[in-house]
Amino acid sequence: MTEKSAITALSLIGLLIFWSAAAWITADPQILPSPFSLVAPLLAEIRSGELPYHLGHTLLRVIWAFLLAMTLGTILGLAMGRNDRLNRWLDPWLVVFLNLPALVLIVLCYLWIGLNETAAIAAVTLNKIPNVATVIREGARSLDRELDAMARIYRLSFRTRLRHILLPQLAPFIAASARSGVAVIWKIVLVVEFLGRSNGIGFQIHLYFQLFDVGMVLIYALSFITVMLVVEWGILQPWERRVTRWRVA
Amino acid sequence: MGHPATVGAARDALAGRMIRVDVTGKSFGESPVLGPCRFDIASGECVALTGPSGIGKTTLLRIVAGIDDSFTGRVERPGNIAMVFQEPTLLLWRSVIENLTLIHPDLSRTQALDMLARVGIADKADLFPTQLSLGQQRRLTLARAFAGRPEFLIMDEPLVSLDHETAQSMLRLIEELIAATKPAVLFVTHTLSDAERLATRILELRGSPANPFEHSRKDAL
Repeated sequence: MTEKSAITALSLIGLLIFWSAAAWITADPQILPSPFSLVAPLLAEIRSGELPYHLGHTLLRVIWAFLLAMTLGTILGLAMGRNDRLNRWLDPWLVVFLNLPALVLIVLCYLWIGLNETAAIAAVTLNKIPNVATVIREGARSLDRELDAMARIYRLSFRTRLRHILLPQLAPFIAASARSGVAVIWKIVLVVEFLGRSNGIGFQIHLYFQLFDVGMVLIYALSFITVMLVVEWGILQPWERRVTRWRVA
Repeated sequence: MGHPATVGAARDALAGRMIRVDVTGKSFGESPVLGPCRFDIASGECVALTGPSGIGKTTLLRIVAGIDDSFTGRVERPGNIAMVFQEPTLLLWRSVIENLTLIHPDLSRTQALDMLARVGIADKADLFPTQLSLGQQRRLTLARAFAGRPEFLIMDEPLVSLDHETAQSMLRLIEELIAATKPAVLFVTHTLSDAERLATRILELRGSPANPFEHSRKDAL
């Protein structure tokens, strides 16, 4: 185990100890159950299939919204970063959408499109696109113009330029927006489910909120946090290390 | 004294003429940088472009290379061009050998390794360019330029920022590669001794807006 992994593990154990201590001080499982008391209901939810079912629905929404927001936001940010005139025209729009509360977009999407899957994913995607576009625009502005000139001189194909010149330069910016994107998107998905879906982690949290069951709220929230940590540590961080390994070589 | 390098008529008769530069003007905003610049470069000819800093040498070079389109006039050039930039301008995220094979997709790994061997960095093929010294990076840019056997080679101060010993070794390498490949060459340099050593002709940019004046070798020195 590396030093970094050991520190992460110790940090998480510290959080569990802190939570246990807080639960012991509160002494009211209805307000704050101890982490160990959640193990049995967690296993019951897994065995009954409830947790995987709702987790799957939320995960699917997160994946769709993430892919759409990253694709559209990257194209928009790249276009704005490379074209000053387009940037002057679209920058005010970006500022408006950046400052539009997520809740407003969610409500408007449900009102305009209806209480369906399309509205849910559209609401999350529209919330995230401005953030992705802003980060990628900065990346596009920092692209090396001499590499463009080199590509032109040597008549490189569009595919080669995209794969070997453009995307590697944008990789740190794509990684940054992807990591923050995943973190933000799943939170917005929960609100979307809370307000207008009949399945998903957000729906379950809404249900147990009405039943004042803090333990089940924590089980559902923590289960998805675990999934997101696996995505972060298992996919995003290794990918980021791979595309930036030339910097540390 | 030199004389203006408006040598079009004389050069028309020159067999193997490859590059004709007929720039009538180039401005940055309201500021004219280049005046009329007319000269030809024949196949196998090596032309050095000299002049004080900021006069427009790199600007003229980029126009001739086809990177800068915002000028008045016209430039005739062959299709197969290579350029050595002031900075190495490498794909830092791809290996040394990929910096050849991605730019020249027709090049096999063996041919790429041969090219790297010619510039003395074959043992660095699988490293990233960030793991090379500046001198080695410049050797890689030369390998990249010559790997495509260019008809026209453009170099923008290829020896800048190198220590004397490395610069001399690079200069020898450039001479060898030019002799083997025989492209038409246009290069910018501040060092007249480099110009004298490599070039068959020397053009000096003078005035404001700048015009090229052709030197005899004696003038240049």
